[in-house]
Amino acid sequence: CCCGRELFSWRLHSDIISTVEFNYSGDLLATGDKGGRVVIFQREQENKSRPHSRGEYNVYSTFQSHEPEFDYLKSLEIEEKINKIRWLPQQNAAHFLLSTNDKTIKLWKISERDKRAEGYNLKDEDGRLRDPFRITALRVPILKPMDLMVEASPRRIFANAHTYHINSISVNSDHETYLSADDLRINLWHLEITDRSFNIVDIKPANMEELTEVITAAEFHPHQCNVFVYSSSKGTIRLCDMRSSALCDRHSKFFEEPEDPSSRSFFSEIISSISDVKFSHSGRYMMTRDYLSVKVWDLNMESRPVETHQVHEYLRSKLCSLYENDCIFDKFECCWNGSDSAIMTGSYNNFFRMFDRDTRRDVTLEASRESSKPRASLKPRKVCTGGKRKKDEISVDSLDFNKKILHTAWHPADNVIAVAATNNLYIFQDKIN
Amino acid sequence: MSQKQEEENPAEETGEEKQDTQEKEGLLPERAEEAKLKAKYPSLGQKPGGSDFLMKRLQKGVWGIVSYPLSLEPKGVLGMKSVEQKYFDSGDYNMAKAKMKNKQLPSAGPDKNLVTGDHIPTPQDLPQRKSSLVTSKLAG
Repeated sequence: CCCGRELFSWRLHSDIISTVEFNYSGDLLATGDKGGRVVIFQREQENKSRPHSRGEYNVYSTFQSHEPEFDYLKSLEIEEKINKIRWLPQQNAAHFLLSTNDKTIKLWKISERDKRAEGYNLKDEDGRLRDPFRITALRVPILKPMDLMVEASPRRIFANAHTYHINSISVNSDHETYLSADDLRINLWHLEITDRSFNIVDIKPANMEELTEVITAAEFHPHQCNVFVYSSSKGTIRLCDMRSSALCDRHSKFFEEPEDPSSRSFFSEIISSISDVKFSHSGRYMMTRDYLSVKVWDLNMESRPVETHQVHEYLRSKLCSLYENDCIFDKFECCWNGSDSAIMTGSYNNFFRMFDRDTRRDVTLEASRESSKPRASLKPRKVCTGGKRKKDEISVDSLDFNKKILHTAWHPADNVIAVAATNNLYIFQDKIN
Repeated sequence: MSQKQEEENPAEETGEEKQDTQEKEGLLPERAEEAKLKAKYPSLGQKPGGSDFLMKRLQKGVWGIVSYPLSLEPKGVLGMKSVEQKYFDSGDYNMAKAKMKNKQLPSAGPDKNLVTGDHIPTPQDLPQRKSSLVTSKLAG
């Protein structure tokens, strides 16, 4: 699954892409950007007359999800940047997704219209009202096919429930509720009810001077609707069970890898901060991403992860400059493939890493137009850490830290991946032999 | 793998102890980086995860722009630092937004530069709200 990747397509967005998410079937791919826009791509169906277009993702719908707002109390701007998009499972012909910025979550309905009624009685074809005295006969309007139009409309707006900045949303497996998490609190919403939500986690201390950690990500379990996890800036994960109490401040499970006290440094806590947490599709495992590694945890074992994969260990000797240019605070995401046999996460220099859990092989690939030609296999990349740099290797010092791949997504069933590199969206897929 | 060097004589001279810690730092890249940082910014505090640090992060909201105060000098070019700009009130905010729009659209009309309070606005004067980009599959 790691080999034979080829570039399928890339698209230039007008703004920096801030989130990427496939829907449950993988036929739709949603991206959100810094300008508050959402672009949805749809996979083309198999077409025998054009075999090469199989599986191409083309623009399906574009809409402005969030606008910049002004917080009157704090005299600050509320950014329109889309932090997260999460799809709802499809229940009818329309598609629904949740998109959120720092403060407001919106439920969007995306529906198709391919028919138009013609032959109205009270108005003519341009829409002008007909003079009622001129109407001498009644006719039944006929539905005629029209060119497909995709419309997006906001169905619910969930606002004013977060004092701090929303970092995660997660749809529950009950398909009725979802959670939203900010730095200190997690709220539970019902998809139908916008004027109230339940607070289920509150880690704000009575005295803010005692604040030691913040919530960095949260997700519902894929099958157990009463279970969710949240990660912290101190590298810990708490699993909570909503059956135990209404307020889940006391966790059911606490996952933390013991740290060697002799290796502690100024950077230890910062690089242990978890930037993303994702359950496996099976629900048996969860994966966390910290600054330098990806860890797989067995939910049955809290003492330490079962797997640790180094993403870019060579950065450990660059932590000083990464702190100075703020890159040490970059929040990378991670994702599973459909069968949970592989995981993927991004790095710098437009590199992204894939780890095969079964074969224990990993590969570094690059998402850039210079290095990818359509239908040509991606060449694995290597970063040279030592003195002697081999041909085709890149030295750590020539990595471009402005080219960061923070957001990646994997198709729920096929070997198709979407990689966001600043304002470019790349879609890669396994070579068809 | 770091080797823990046992200090054989706890009453040893500080000079030799210093050499000891320097050797330890050399073995751990993280510690070497920490030493580098502290050499550049001697006033740096010990714990980066303190409540001051986190509280600033909560206010600014973006993890990337909150770093432990290094110096009074502005950040380097590579930093993703976004300037958190406070506005006096909503009028100040709208003026700043209008100025930004002015810079992006040099052909904008003259009424965009009106000072608030000079005249009573009419619907035609108000800046247009960005319309939703609902496009049909045929567009573009």
